[in-house]
Amino acid sequence: MTNVDLSRRSFVTSALAAGGGLMLGFHVPVAQAANLVMGDASKAPAEGPEINAWLTIDPKGVVTVRTPHTEMGQGGMTSVAQLIAEELNVPWKDVRAVLADANRHVNRGQEYKDMSTGSSNLVRNRHPHIMQAGASARERLREAAALKWGVPRAQVKAEQGMLSAGSNKGTYGEFASAAASVKLAEEPKIKAYGDWWLLGKDAPRMDVAVKVDGSAIYPIDVRVPGMVYAAVKACPVPGGKVKSFDASAAKERPGVVAVIELKQSKDKLANSDLRSAVAVVADSFYRAKTALDLVKIEWDFGPGASMSFAAMDKQAVDLMGKEAKHVEEVRGDPRPLLAADGKAIKSEFMRPYEAHAPMCPPSAVAHVAKDRVDVWSFTQDVSALLRLTANQAGRDTKDVFVHATYQGGAFGLGNAVDLPRQAVELSKQVGKPVKVIWTREEDTAQARSRPPVWAHFEASLDEKGLPKAMLSRAVAEPNVPAYADRGIANIPYAIPHYRYERHVAASHMPVGPNRAPGSNSNGFLMEQFIDEMALAGGWDPLEWRIKMTEGNERWQRVLLKMKEVAGFTTKLPKGQGMGVAVVESHGSTVGVCATVEVSRRGSLSIEKIVVVSNTGYVINPRAAHEQVKGCVAWELSHVLHGGLDIREGRVNNVNFNNYKMLRLPDMPKVESHFAMSEDKWWGGFGETAGPPTPPAVANAIFAATGKRVRSTPILKHDLSWA
Amino acid sequence: MKLTLNVNGATHEVDVEAETPLLWVLRDTIGLTGTKYGCGIAECGACMIHLDGQPTKACNLNAAAAAGKKIVTIEGLSKDRSHPIQKAWIEHTVPQCGYCQSGQIMSAAALLQKNPKPTDRQIDEAMAGNICRCGTYLQIREAIHAAAKIGA
Repeated sequence: MTNVDLSRRSFVTSALAAGGGLMLGFHVPVAQAANLVMGDASKAPAEGPEINAWLTIDPKGVVTVRTPHTEMGQGGMTSVAQLIAEELNVPWKDVRAVLADANRHVNRGQEYKDMSTGSSNLVRNRHPHIMQAGASARERLREAAALKWGVPRAQVKAEQGMLSAGSNKGTYGEFASAAASVKLAEEPKIKAYGDWWLLGKDAPRMDVAVKVDGSAIYPIDVRVPGMVYAAVKACPVPGGKVKSFDASAAKERPGVVAVIELKQSKDKLANSDLRSAVAVVADSFYRAKTALDLVKIEWDFGPGASMSFAAMDKQAVDLMGKEAKHVEEVRGDPRPLLAADGKAIKSEFMRPYEAHAPMCPPSAVAHVAKDRVDVWSFTQDVSALLRLTANQAGRDTKDVFVHATYQGGAFGLGNAVDLPRQAVELSKQVGKPVKVIWTREEDTAQARSRPPVWAHFEASLDEKGLPKAMLSRAVAEPNVPAYADRGIANIPYAIPHYRYERHVAASHMPVGPNRAPGSNSNGFLMEQFIDEMALAGGWDPLEWRIKMTEGNERWQRVLLKMKEVAGFTTKLPKGQGMGVAVVESHGSTVGVCATVEVSRRGSLSIEKIVVVSNTGYVINPRAAHEQVKGCVAWELSHVLHGGLDIREGRVNNVNFNNYKMLRLPDMPKVESHFAMSEDKWWGGFGETAGPPTPPAVANAIFAATGKRVRSTPILKHDLSWA
Repeated sequence: MKLTLNVNGATHEVDVEAETPLLWVLRDTIGLTGTKYGCGIAECGACMIHLDGQPTKACNLNAAAAAGKKIVTIEGLSKDRSHPIQKAWIEHTVPQCGYCQSGQIMSAAALLQKNPKPTDRQIDEAMAGNICRCGTYLQIREAIHAAAKIGA
């Protein structure tokens, strides 16, 4: 592990330092501003010449890297800083990170190319342009030194913050000003893959210290002078609208400023479009929330009101028995072979809707002033947030300032809420800065949740017990049906005749991305059926997977490593079991081996989860292992306890008393291993260890009990055995 | 209703409805935002504080009931991140998004106060009231053991 002095591990954060003048003219009181500016209140942000949009270097050589992406717990600040520092060649202890300024990005020609944060894209797909920014800065420092010393740039070395050529020596800090005005004739290429001194080494995350003393600022924590608070309630049945409301009792409550109806902006709502809702604005959040409870709202629930998940499930089960029109024939036509096989294996699985429930309930502060708009909000893309703020306020993007904060989890929900529009609209109407907080109940009821999925599988085995024909038929929900295809439409297993088809079941519930979208639920379906096929053919499930992916380097690497480290066996006494599963998502192939114990009475204990990841490369093993553990917990939470209870068109389990979460006592031991291809491709790390976890656990439960778990939450099933 | 609250050793005179949860008085009235709102029904532990030394969920406690008692929030645990739990949290890079960590740390600090060398099982019991969606549970368990060593 990189040896880093603890006192220097506290890095500065927030957009306020970035771009210098972001907060110009904005009157935040000093104490509050300091809190926002500095992750570590004991250190001022480093200032110095801007070498390019991505970094500044102060006279002492302290490099401040601007992270365009959201820091929501995935370690984005640390990753960007590491990629830049690798190319810049600067001691890690001299690197700080701040969140970059969306205003300059949007108004100065997309300086950061893309500020969105999702799909595990940051390192996977953005490392070339991030590293290029670091390489470019390094070459400009070398060029500045070459000009001063009268030597060719090729003779100037740039290493660990020092420039040198023969007897000439200088620091990056000394040459920062000169470098800032250098124009290169040709931009340098980034380093060859693997030819690194910093990437691939453990770097403690940069945002840790501010998160142990309450000083890290999340949108819910932002306080600006004159600010009032709002509680909102949108129609509990998605798609429904306010018919009328009586606010007389609410208006009599102390501190209430206004009761405002927010009008739905469009007939068909996309991600962040404003929905029909009622808001109470008051001088404290508690007063706003309690007054909102007194508003009598009559809703037009709309066509969704009669929907229930039970009815949707019934329709899906019916559809699974029928051939679907949407077809992707991957290879051959398995149907004649399946029809001719009297012993074809048939199986069905389901996973329900799930909510994200980030620990920080979605919150936003907006201040629509005469000449500018300031906003702090739950988001995964500050540039998109800036544009929608400008749109809602009716202002030019130049006059909109998005202030970055930490995000208290997001998991895909960050771009899928109308919350910032609510804050902007309310501020516009009351003429004051407004903080909107969604209660946990509002968050769960209004989230664009993770879609449910069903699948029917059939397979016919050959004389060796291996599948010669297989049919997969998924049933998706109607809003983003393609999520159902992930990991089912295309499978890595060499089955000569394979067909995938998809139905859609009716639902009005909005959906959106949720940590490893599609793959997160589909792995549970597909990888359990793989085990059913393997066992029916008399194969060891791990050996089956190795056999069926012969020649697939990425999968072989994971499976062979699994065989080496997990001690997988099918020969445990009843009540104990091991299960394996592998899922490819977000460019990565990840395998999990689960060990469980199930008592005769059916009490499940997950003893151990072994994870083997092939993401191509890993830039920060320590942070990657932490993400692996987090992904395992994420999926275990849903697979053991989750499932949204949808009746009368609405989510009924909207808080943690009835939408249960994984807690510390449930958390199994996790062992994380790497099996990297290191072959010029990169996969993601922030979500990919989740999807194989549920099927590995379910396969282990089958091994222990002989019971196949066909739907989640697992804990609702009777796992007892005799 | 006028109340006198003792928070982190300082006295605060506040004027709020008596039934206002202490959580919102700390955050909105006094301005100590380190104590977090997560569920409002004492299920997630993001609002954990110490009330006369006992771990207490501030979302579930009327401000009036806290008057006259000693309230300690995350901001008052130490001046310089020097509490053994905070040191161990940094050393083991426990936080990811970090939002639940104020509550996790306050629960863990209360545990060590009562039981300087907790077993895994005692940690499980003491920390079961705190939810972390990022799934930092294993690091939390390790860090509590590490803090127990620092504290000794």
